[in-house]
Amino acid sequence: MTAAGDELPPLSIPITRTLIVAGAVASRDYQDVHHDSELAKEKGSPDIFMNILTTNGLVGRYITDCFGERAVLRKVAIRLGAPNYPGDTMVLCGTVVSVEGDRAEVRVVGANSIGNHVTGTVTVTVPEDGS
Amino acid sequence: MSGEVVTGRGTSGGVVSEEFYGRLKAYEGRAAATAGTGKDLVNEPMIRHWCEAVGDANPAYTGPDAIAPPTMLQAWTMGGLSGHLDRSAAHDELFALLDGAGYTSVAATDCEQEYLRPLRPGDRITFDAVIESVSELKTTKLGTGHFVTTRMEVRADGEPAGTHRFRILKYAPAAKGKPKGKPSGERPRPVINRDNAGFWDGVAEHRLLIQRCAGCGTLRFPWLPGCAACGSPEWDTVAASGKGTVYSYVVMHHPPFPAFDPPYAVGLIELAEGVRVLSNVVGVPYDKVRIGMPVRLEFLRVDNEWELPVFKGADGGAD
Repeated sequence: MTAAGDELPPLSIPITRTLIVAGAVASRDYQDVHHDSELAKEKGSPDIFMNILTTNGLVGRYITDCFGERAVLRKVAIRLGAPNYPGDTMVLCGTVVSVEGDRAEVRVVGANSIGNHVTGTVTVTVPEDGS
Repeated sequence: MSGEVVTGRGTSGGVVSEEFYGRLKAYEGRAAATAGTGKDLVNEPMIRHWCEAVGDANPAYTGPDAIAPPTMLQAWTMGGLSGHLDRSAAHDELFALLDGAGYTSVAATDCEQEYLRPLRPGDRITFDAVIESVSELKTTKLGTGHFVTTRMEVRADGEPAGTHRFRILKYAPAAKGKPKGKPSGERPRPVINRDNAGFWDGVAEHRLLIQRCAGCGTLRFPWLPGCAACGSPEWDTVAASGKGTVYSYVVMHHPPFPAFDPPYAVGLIELAEGVRVLSNVVGVPYDKVRIGMPVRLEFLRVDNEWELPVFKGADGGAD
């Protein structure tokens, strides 16, 4: 297990149009701003942008990628900031805030070229060996 | 999207906005959804599609003992293309009230989930949600509106499976200068007089002409009636070779102007001959223009009547 203050290895996610659309559809989110650039522009956005469910899924993936397949997500709390537009890259970084037994709390930040797309806190447990 | 939120006041007067906010606040604590049912049982195909989309190769999500990625919690409650059937009258009234006041756009800002038990294929999802809070009027980068927070209890086969707190901003989009896209309107016309007509005659022939003092030979640009070095009013011209470098530049974002499509780079170009010319740097993204970048003269047709000298950047120094 890790210790408070540990930095998780960063994960770089290319924000492709395909990722945005596939994530929106896989999360059953058919808001046009997540798949139709014309309608997104009409609503004042420069392009389509990633929906919050996909961001949530990416944050969860980042944590379980780092902590291994036995890690269990307990809480994921995220706040969105700068939108993820196609062509950008988001780099997820994590810092272990606290560790109590098999439970760790991790501060996650995902930054793109505009700013912080997502900031949040994830609580994860990793069972001891043999459990 | 919630960045730099500041408390705002309604533009239609404090009394009116306070009365309106009172009506919104009355929805706090009321049900947003009652006895909602997930449209699909938790199932392998939706899990796989999700994992493919977000690139999640965690083996816990495949095989006979597969669980669903916990972060899919909300996905099982989504209405999809056929929409939500389980929203409460209170939820619909609140949203109609906000829509009616001009807060027609929606942006999700926060999602807080707690997972109480894993979801497995075959689980039947049910849920109840409550309108937890409606914020005062806030002004954000997106526009002015009210944050609406709902809290959903999700069950799987009747057992508590997780909680999902979700915050959205219902807002009136901030006024944009214009939708991005093709600029409308013509470029402003130069004022042509006897002191600079020769320059514009040159442009029409695709030549960028620099004045040369007939007295001392000093080159000058822009065109002027006399030489700043020796005062001589006599001059002739030399045609620029077209080679230059970016001496300095700015990127124009604001204010928008009808004939232009910001952001764009305006460069002060030092020509090989030594004089400097102000014009657009084209052919490279506006944010890739750099001091010292080699550029080459081109003539850009900006509308039916006008061509203008501009400078094409050699991205990566390839020239």
